[in-house]
Amino acid sequence: MANFLLGRLLQSLVLLLIVSVIGFAVLHLAPGGPLAQFALIPGLTKEDLARMAHEMGLDRPLPMQYWEWLTRLLGGDWGHSYRDNRPVLDVITGRLPATLELMGAAILISVLAGAWIGVMGAIRRYSIFDMLATIGAMVALSIPTFWFGLIVIYIFSVHLGWLPPGNRTTVGGDGSFLDYLHHLIAPAAVLALVEVAIWSRYIRASMLDVVNQDYIRTARAKGLPERTVLWHHALRNALLPMIALAGVEIPTLLGGALVAETVFTWPGMGRLLLDSLGYRDYPVVMGILMFSAVLALLGNLLADLFAAVADPRVRLA
Amino acid sequence: MNKDRKNEITSNTNPLLTTTRRRLLAFGASAGALAWAGPKTGWIASAEAATPPSKPTGQAVIGLSQEPTVFLPLLAHIEVDEGVYFNLFSALWRVDEKGAFQPDLVAEVPTVENGGISADGLQWHLKLSPKAKWHDGTPFTADDVKFNIELIQNPKFLAGRRAGIDLIEDVKVVNPTEVTFKLKKAYAPLPSILSWTFLVPKHLLEKASDINKPEDFLAHPVGTGAFKWVERVPGDHITLTASDSYHGTGPYLEKLIFKYVPELTVLYTQFQTGDVDYVGIQGITPDHYDEAKTLADRHVTPVPQPFIENIAFNLGKPVFQDPAVREALYLAMDKQSVIEQIYYGLPSQTESFLPKQSWAFNADLPKHAYDPEKAKKLLDDAGWKPGGDGVREKSGVRLEFTNSTTAGNHVREQAQQLLQQNWADIGAKMSIQNFPPAVMWGENWTNSKFDSAMVGIDFMVGPDPDATQYFASTGIPAKGGGGDNTTQYANADVDKLLAEGASTVDVAKRKAAYLKMQELTRKDLPYLPIFQYAMVQGVKGKLEGFTPNVNVQENCWNACTWYWAS
Repeated sequence: MANFLLGRLLQSLVLLLIVSVIGFAVLHLAPGGPLAQFALIPGLTKEDLARMAHEMGLDRPLPMQYWEWLTRLLGGDWGHSYRDNRPVLDVITGRLPATLELMGAAILISVLAGAWIGVMGAIRRYSIFDMLATIGAMVALSIPTFWFGLIVIYIFSVHLGWLPPGNRTTVGGDGSFLDYLHHLIAPAAVLALVEVAIWSRYIRASMLDVVNQDYIRTARAKGLPERTVLWHHALRNALLPMIALAGVEIPTLLGGALVAETVFTWPGMGRLLLDSLGYRDYPVVMGILMFSAVLALLGNLLADLFAAVADPRVRLA
Repeated sequence: MNKDRKNEITSNTNPLLTTTRRRLLAFGASAGALAWAGPKTGWIASAEAATPPSKPTGQAVIGLSQEPTVFLPLLAHIEVDEGVYFNLFSALWRVDEKGAFQPDLVAEVPTVENGGISADGLQWHLKLSPKAKWHDGTPFTADDVKFNIELIQNPKFLAGRRAGIDLIEDVKVVNPTEVTFKLKKAYAPLPSILSWTFLVPKHLLEKASDINKPEDFLAHPVGTGAFKWVERVPGDHITLTASDSYHGTGPYLEKLIFKYVPELTVLYTQFQTGDVDYVGIQGITPDHYDEAKTLADRHVTPVPQPFIENIAFNLGKPVFQDPAVREALYLAMDKQSVIEQIYYGLPSQTESFLPKQSWAFNADLPKHAYDPEKAKKLLDDAGWKPGGDGVREKSGVRLEFTNSTTAGNHVREQAQQLLQQNWADIGAKMSIQNFPPAVMWGENWTNSKFDSAMVGIDFMVGPDPDATQYFASTGIPAKGGGGDNTTQYANADVDKLLAEGASTVDVAKRKAAYLKMQELTRKDLPYLPIFQYAMVQGVKGKLEGFTPNVNVQENCWNACTWYWAS
């Protein structure tokens, strides 16, 4: 076990290094730069821009910039945001609560609803319910989130007035728990739609594998009630492959949603990434990249560990 | 395109200019009557009788499609940051909607007449307001003024604007409310520059270890404005609250909130549902204008902006060096269709680089007329003959070029397509090559690497018509100059007139120089002026006191006098 962990850790470090090199190169080689937004501001001269480039460290050769960034990062300094002059780590952690709230709610809804739809679809294979669920999943996966989000706002906020048109809380409001909840409904539902479709398909497939296994037949033969057979014996085994999927979902959970966060004016990580990319705020973009990479690796590692705990057949070597 | 709007916006004199308070009210009233009978009578009566409350009450939410992030106002920043500055900080004086300077941190605005400025424009004597205080209670004094001038001049400081202030020397603190300084040479735009130079506190910044990143100050900025800092939720909003020690009129609102709504359609929706009280910066998108006008209890009206939309020619490219080409392209441009069909008739046609509201605006420039036949004849006469594929050429140079602007700006993309067609009609081949903003306005623009560009520019220095940055031949960055002359325009007469206009404080002489200069740029056409921008302003019905002001880049300039009609 210890060997396994150590090996994975070393592997992860090498991967992170590769990710950072590629990310840094692509980001800096992409045309444009953080100074472009000032080009149309009257009064800034070429000398002023050069001075700013120097302050940002942009006038040095790229490998040197990378080396400086890397050594600072290893020393625990993630750098300063160009856009709002705060430490990158503060900028990123400041956005985590909003993203956790939204993605957590969306994933919770989608796992619960997805499991139910998937199981029902599997035990009543080719029933009308199953067919509707299949069609529904295809439609949900195909609808662009941007469009769907705007439609939801148009119907439920502008026309019916039931839900707020985005934002995490009422602007200038008291920020009560109910207020947060009220604002969470629409974006979480829109995001969950796609996730429900994905989860229900996976669980349906996994359930179908399991219900035809011998031990299910044995359970039935023992005379166990159908409910116990399905929800205890079958679903537990069907969920095992889902652990790996959940591991992959962890970066999604914290990485935020680019589109939904824009439409619903949600101040999360997805918006931060978009704003930082638009601005070419290199330190923040690199920070988000490394943060997501760490999460992805961690998610996979956790998934492997949990799989070993949950499934005695899996041995870590 | 609907005809009503055409008449409304473009009839005889430009109604955009006469947008007075009364007009705003009339606009809102008819809109209210269309949708809702109920509140109409109520609000119009109360609006006219309304007076500000005796103590700050209520809150206003200003919706912005960009996020303010720079809270040390002397650092380089973008327009959207200024909305916060106008309310959190103060300048020595501010410029009102008529272009007049009103005292802010000074007791009186210095002029030659009141002895504040010497007749040659070189000696300045400022008398400061004794009432002004920083939000932490420390009095604002002459030492602060001196500190700010020195900070802007400090070469290590990444100042957003040095022009004009770099001419100041010999700053002397006479007593806590009086300060004098000298200028190296007379510079007429200085009062305008000082009107948007927001002063920062010496006692909090002099000890900052890195003056470009004073973290404590940036996290909790302290100013002398009508509102003081409460908090910023990054990516979401900034909250200010009424200052109890403000030296000027107001504030009447208890809270002012700047809410960041990145998506323009969503911003409009939030205005529709009432979550946002005022739509700032770009305003409501033109395609929503018709619907917005019918909203109950909202004032929706186009207001002029200082930005001029242009086709900028890179005169470094051989194809644009022949004046006949530039003039022919101008003649072949169907300006009216661009304005009517693509911009919903909101902006107004112009021939100048100055907004019509400027005191130096030349209203007698030759009027543009769409005349492709004349354009063809002009090119024929100048020796540009159609080649095999219909594209004209002259001595080996093909009349072929690219036009670039910000990718993803759909409205501009449509305008480009229209011009592409217009110009194809006279044998000029334009291809569209757009870039993301960070690319377009980086090297490509600043170092004149483009052929032609579609760009909206505010050529003025605040309310001052000095456009040296953009037209002086010494300011061509591609040739090592320090300005923004990216078209690489060089005209000795223009240089002379610009120098004349900037070096005298005599307004009549300045005006003569700038009128003449506009004739020259209209003739030389380094930029083809298309129109002066108007934005569709949206304000909630009962929010009183809002006044459009073409002399500032951000319309929250007078939020200290906004209030809710009861």
